[in-house]
Amino acid sequence: MTAVPVVTRERVTFDRQRAIAGMFVMLGLVDIFVFGFLADKGDAVFTFTLTGAAVSVPNLSLAPGPVSEALGALSIVLGFLYAGRNLAKIPKRLVGIVVMLGFVVSFLCWSDAGRIPLPFVSLMQSTMLASIPLVLGALSGCLCERSGVINIAIEGQLLLGAFAGAVIASSFGSLWLGLFSGSIAGGLLAILLAVFAIRYMVDQIILGVVLNVFASGLTGYLYDQALVPYQNRLNSPNTFTPIKIPVLGDIPIIGPILFDSTIFLYIAYAAVALVHIGLFKTRWGLRVRAVGEHPTAADTVGIRVLFTRYRNVVLGGLVAGIGGASLTIGSVGSFGKDISSGQGYIALAAMIFGRWTPLGATGAALLFGFSVACANVLGTIGAPIPSDFLLMLPYVATIIAVAGFVGRSRAPKADGQPYIKS
Amino acid sequence: MSHQDAGPEGNEPTTPTEPEDSAENPPDATKQVAAGAGHPKGAETALQLLNAVLEGSSAVVTFLAIVLAIVIGGLLIAFTSPTVLHAWSHLFSAPGAAFSRAWDVASSAYSAMFEGAIVNPHTVSAAFHGGSIAAIFNPLSETAVNATPLILAGLAVALAFRAGMFNIGATGQFIGGAMIAGWIGFAVHLPMIIHVVVAVIGGFVGGSIVGGFVGTLKARTGAHEVIVTIMTNYVMEYLILFLLGLAVFRAPGLPNPVSPPVANNAMLPHLAGATLRINAGFLVALAAAAGVSWFLNRTTVGFELRTVGANASAARSAGMSPERTWIIVMVICGGLAGLAGASVILGTDFALTPQIYGTYGIDAITVALLGRGTPFGVVLAALLYGTLDAGSVTMQAQTQIPVDIATVIQALIVLFVASPPFVREVFHLRRRRRVEEGAQVLAKGWSA
Repeated sequence: MTAVPVVTRERVTFDRQRAIAGMFVMLGLVDIFVFGFLADKGDAVFTFTLTGAAVSVPNLSLAPGPVSEALGALSIVLGFLYAGRNLAKIPKRLVGIVVMLGFVVSFLCWSDAGRIPLPFVSLMQSTMLASIPLVLGALSGCLCERSGVINIAIEGQLLLGAFAGAVIASSFGSLWLGLFSGSIAGGLLAILLAVFAIRYMVDQIILGVVLNVFASGLTGYLYDQALVPYQNRLNSPNTFTPIKIPVLGDIPIIGPILFDSTIFLYIAYAAVALVHIGLFKTRWGLRVRAVGEHPTAADTVGIRVLFTRYRNVVLGGLVAGIGGASLTIGSVGSFGKDISSGQGYIALAAMIFGRWTPLGATGAALLFGFSVACANVLGTIGAPIPSDFLLMLPYVATIIAVAGFVGRSRAPKADGQPYIKS
Repeated sequence: MSHQDAGPEGNEPTTPTEPEDSAENPPDATKQVAAGAGHPKGAETALQLLNAVLEGSSAVVTFLAIVLAIVIGGLLIAFTSPTVLHAWSHLFSAPGAAFSRAWDVASSAYSAMFEGAIVNPHTVSAAFHGGSIAAIFNPLSETAVNATPLILAGLAVALAFRAGMFNIGATGQFIGGAMIAGWIGFAVHLPMIIHVVVAVIGGFVGGSIVGGFVGTLKARTGAHEVIVTIMTNYVMEYLILFLLGLAVFRAPGLPNPVSPPVANNAMLPHLAGATLRINAGFLVALAAAAGVSWFLNRTTVGFELRTVGANASAARSAGMSPERTWIIVMVICGGLAGLAGASVILGTDFALTPQIYGTYGIDAITVALLGRGTPFGVVLAALLYGTLDAGSVTMQAQTQIPVDIATVIQALIVLFVASPPFVREVFHLRRRRRVEEGAQVLAKGWSA
């Protein structure tokens, strides 16, 4: 299998560094002129204490105008710094993070100015909740694609996981069994993906899309056929209750956000750590990456290429299936048609945004989760921005990222190409 | 990937086992004996035909894929029906009942599908007793109506395939087209004929803007079109939701986010009387297919497009500009998907809703795959989809089997069509001698 020579990058008439710097300056200008000048009168108040918390943290009250303008000015300065000098890797990232944070803070100030206080802790809690399926889905993508199989079927894996989780948990009355079966269901779709991609060498992007349609049709069909008439028996599962981790859960602000959630959040922590360490710190991961980058070389040194791919794809499906189960038995309980509502595609975007690394993907997933949470929470305080625009944000951010940042980081070299032993 | 047959010569991408073709190949042992014995010409043709079947030429594989998908769909119907499950519980006391029940349920579902999509015998006999003649053709009209946006959106995906691009963004482009066509339809007042023409052109423009954005980003920054199109789909979905909240787009006095209905002048005219929904959109779709076929095979830009699709580096060496081609292709593809949006808003739905895009965008991908990237194939595939969609509605009405079964069958068909080796294995067909895979269109993973 000879790869078609990739169109050379030099042809792309686009200076990435300047573009990014320009974007920083743009964000700074938005901070100043939109969020600073156009803010409503009155302070933005953030509350950090949930009702019933042991330790109460004082509220933070900010004047939107000065804060946004200061942050905007900082962003513009950093933008010029970025354009003018070739910064090292770490300062570069720091600059990016500071600009993004400044944008978020001034945005929140602007939306809350003169309105009821913004419950920061519940905003972050719903961020975490919304991120769980995204993180697990993105990890599934990392596991597959690092071994050289493109996984667009994350959406389908989430959907089947959600379906199986709700149905099994409801009919057997065991949430743990539901969690387990959700994972298995994701794994089953992954087996289909693996067999058709690896054995029958179907184009993997096509395959992923088709499997998503299949999963959507199948669960929709079974939902109408079985779950609607037998709602009580088949589609009324309990949901996992939050588990508060002793000591850590009592830390103000951080505790309720990070250490007082359902089992799914802890599974996500563990999965991120395991996949990161697995892929980058172990011999196992080195082999997986070798298979994803240069299968022929990997084969030559005795790594079983096809076996590695099968295993990783199925592993990814199991992880995404858990994420799917979190959509039903982790939050709302019952299954609804197309309950994953495109989150698999967002997870895919998060993985690409995060440059095919577990940690980067997690960061991107959190960002996406945050904008979903913003849409929900800011809607309730009556923020001056339509929630449709907030919901658009992750997608726009991804387009900008793909056009601006991701170009330089590449997918694993053999990603999407079947391996034929010669 | 190296194996694509769509050379710049512009043949259909799947030609390898035409009968003449296999005669030129080094024949295998049995064939050699047969040919060497000097059989009469008729027998030889028959043998070649048999060979094509046994080896699974692309047409045979497509047919078998459809059969396989329908069988699996039937099994799914049979084994999720409550009455059948009940019969299975008495398997040992009445073993025949379980199987006959399963057969009954599946066959009644499929015959209802047939009645809804092709022809219903009751309407034929009713017509002889003074019933309406039009009612006989209602199922076919429904099939055509369902197929219309799929042909257009399918062309949008297929054309991009031929240029080596993967256009998942038909949904977003569809919305772009529907938005502008709809807006022209209800907000602008123009005389007859002119109005509908302007609205349809508006649909094309609306889609092209969205498509052109994707193409430009790819050409200028190298952003992968798969990701950008997925993202623009969602952006457009939220954009239409937002616009329907504004006074400009919102029908006054309605609680739901729905636009005002398009003016009568802007509606696509019915082709066969007011009772049948088939409208001029179907003709637009067929004309678009013919136009795309001409464009691909008879114009310079079409030639460049296919060359870029076959090998972008080679095209560049030959002095073509892949970047320019990408932009042109995406503008046209977007326009085609926008036409699909216009055909829905001006032909059947008449008002914008937040869900106007339905599943056309995703179905378009599978239609384009099933049609193997050729305009004619897309028309056939869209008609098949239209049949399944129209039929499944009747099926749900008659047998209470959910319409989603059509989605399952469609997904399975495409899955099998895309993997000829799998179909060959299932039906124990011989392995092809040539390295092929007809259904592989030109998508190349993330890196290209």
